[in-house]
Amino acid sequence: MLSFLNRKAAIFTFAAIATLQIADLGPANRAFAADDPKAVKDEDGKYFDAKGNPTYSIKPDGTVDWFTYSGYRRYHSECHVCHGPDGMGSTYAPALLDSLKHLDYEKFQAIVIEGRQNVGNGNEKVMPSLGLNKNVMCYLDDIYVYLRARSDDALGRVRPGKRENKSQATIDAEKACLGE
Amino acid sequence: MRKFTAAVIALACSWTLSASANDSVLKLTQDPNQWALQTGDYANTRFSKLKQINSENVGKLQVAWSFSTGVLRGHEGSPLVVGETMYVHTPFPNIVYALDLNNEGRILWKYEPKQDPNVIPVMCCDTVNRGLAYADGKIFLHQADTTLVALDSKTGKVLWSVVNGDPKKGETNTATVLPVKDKVIVGISGGEFGVHCHVTAYDMNTGKQVWRAYSMGPDKDMLMDPEKTTELGKPVGVDSSLKTWQGDQWKIGGGCTWGWYAYDPQLDTFYYGTGNPSTWNPKQRPGDNKWSLSIFARDPNTGVAKWVYQMTPHDEWDYDGVNEMILSDQQIGGQMRPTLVHFDRNGFGYTLDRKTGELLVAEKFDPAVNWATKVDMDKNSKTYGRPLVVAKYSTEHNGEDVNTSGVCPAALGTKDQQPAAYSPETGLFYVPTNHVCMDYEPFKVSYTPGQPYVGATLSMYPAPNSHGGMGNFVAWDAKAGKIVWSLPEQFSVWSGALATSGGVVFYGTLEGYLKAVDAKTGKLLYKFKTPSGIIGNVMTYTHKGKQYVAVLSGVGGWAGIGLAAGLTDPNAGLGAVGGYAALSSYTALGGQLTVFTLP
Repeated sequence: MLSFLNRKAAIFTFAAIATLQIADLGPANRAFAADDPKAVKDEDGKYFDAKGNPTYSIKPDGTVDWFTYSGYRRYHSECHVCHGPDGMGSTYAPALLDSLKHLDYEKFQAIVIEGRQNVGNGNEKVMPSLGLNKNVMCYLDDIYVYLRARSDDALGRVRPGKRENKSQATIDAEKACLGE
Repeated sequence: MRKFTAAVIALACSWTLSASANDSVLKLTQDPNQWALQTGDYANTRFSKLKQINSENVGKLQVAWSFSTGVLRGHEGSPLVVGETMYVHTPFPNIVYALDLNNEGRILWKYEPKQDPNVIPVMCCDTVNRGLAYADGKIFLHQADTTLVALDSKTGKVLWSVVNGDPKKGETNTATVLPVKDKVIVGISGGEFGVHCHVTAYDMNTGKQVWRAYSMGPDKDMLMDPEKTTELGKPVGVDSSLKTWQGDQWKIGGGCTWGWYAYDPQLDTFYYGTGNPSTWNPKQRPGDNKWSLSIFARDPNTGVAKWVYQMTPHDEWDYDGVNEMILSDQQIGGQMRPTLVHFDRNGFGYTLDRKTGELLVAEKFDPAVNWATKVDMDKNSKTYGRPLVVAKYSTEHNGEDVNTSGVCPAALGTKDQQPAAYSPETGLFYVPTNHVCMDYEPFKVSYTPGQPYVGATLSMYPAPNSHGGMGNFVAWDAKAGKIVWSLPEQFSVWSGALATSGGVVFYGTLEGYLKAVDAKTGKLLYKFKTPSGIIGNVMTYTHKGKQYVAVLSGVGGWAGIGLAAGLTDPNAGLGAVGGYAALSSYTALGGQLTVFTLP
């Protein structure tokens, strides 16, 4: 629990700073899902793009990285009740595969943690704050990576088949985050 | 108005049981010219004796007038008509309009509660509300944030209000209420948030809480009598719920009570069902998880349970048991029985003796249902009354982190809340259904108050090897447990049906059609495309001697999640891609009431 809270606090701070930076520096420094998703770094099965943001890795034979697969599962447990199957949206929440085309990694994190409201006009849209939800927060990168793959059309409306194994580092990080 | 009063008096004189129910509700629901409860009557038949619009002339139906609600989310439930006023409700923010039927629907009064918008994302599946109820000159609104309000039906003035739950813990409301005698009986939602759900009675005149009965926990909290409360004819015994949970898990055990309630004035008993146990991961909550997914019969005066029957012990698929309980009398085995008929999410149509709770019939009302072979009807069997689960489709058996595929029905059930209708004239039940299957992969989740507590990944698709559509409109014989006819629909039928003495049955579709079919044969007699998909329920009334049919359009609800984007089709080969088009190609958001009549 402690490590989870630490991580959350870290993300909160990070997100707050990131938001400020976005406001100050303008779009040139933002990292979008639409940026080149090419993985240039592999840290124990977790992939990062040239800007250091989490990204997916899908091999020519369709094998996906663990985080894309895990993100598929977590998305369809925590997010799909509002945002629809496969990131496609519902009658009352946006399609995240579209949202990620103009939301950078930091903004994505900030919205999940803080939530957002767009009320009025007869179509009340409210995203809850999920900052205290370990089932989301411990898998935030997983969900991001999955949606990034969906947004880039690198992954279709399918359950990922072949996947890389979960690394020991990932297992340890998950346990620490969940406070087990 | 004078004519109406005379009719009411005549009915009141002919009704000898009025003292044991709510007089005003009984009188109004006996009068086919009005529609005072969402369910049409206490028995939940959704049947009207009106026959001006009939199978001969329904093809000539026209739009008489329409009304925009000003809200764009999913519109469930229906308007009420009492006297010469129509009462229309909306999804969050739960506006109530009183419309003057004598003046082309002019707004007599409008009530708009101020609710914290943070309740919106805590509601599982859209911000739907299944409507108002009327009794004793009051309109009852149970808001999303669980505030129960009594409004003066003439002025819209708030007479009293009371708070039933806490949205910060995930407690919300989507259901209507049941006015019985001097009480208003209400349920609560939050099964996806680990809420410990209950049913509660409030004093109709003051809003003071009278009793509360939880769906699970100690006997005294559940208002269970270990000796007198029975299941399938036998006393439930001490701690019947606690024995079926590991440790304190029942405290976040769900069993929510968000469905349609029925009341039998003669037996002075009300009936309702309980929802899924939390979480959706069965491995995490060993045991039968009583009394989730159960039918309850309770005494409205004290709340004490008379009998209970658990349809799906130890849920592995999210098969909530909250669907409507339809009360009628049926000839079964050469004997007239007071029956309760219930079309469950799990795909079985149940017929029980509502006095004793005896199980009479349990058969599949969609042939696609495969998670269980049958319900054990052998009274001498150890598994009497339990479904015989197929291991291949058991997410418990297959375990965590395993994707169990091809389970029918999907989590939204062969039928969700969309209520069926019963015509005593044809003896048939008219059931709006889903024809959708799923893959279901449970995994471990942790509980945080007020946060989703789900723990399963689902993917849904139209029932394979069938007509390709996602719904059917089914006529059902509850005596034999047999489908009489079935109309395939492209999308799930998420609209409540209406049966009438005119030999016509009405229902709405997700594309937005109001359809009228022949009650005997199912032949399509009329259809009209309203501005948005229909998840509301069809109702009927008269005004100045003319019959009207009304329905709310406004796509959304759980149907708006998966179907808006279109479901995935695991069987789609190269040629079939795009065969299951998205609902969003057919309809868009909109909240509108459409009222029909003959020219």
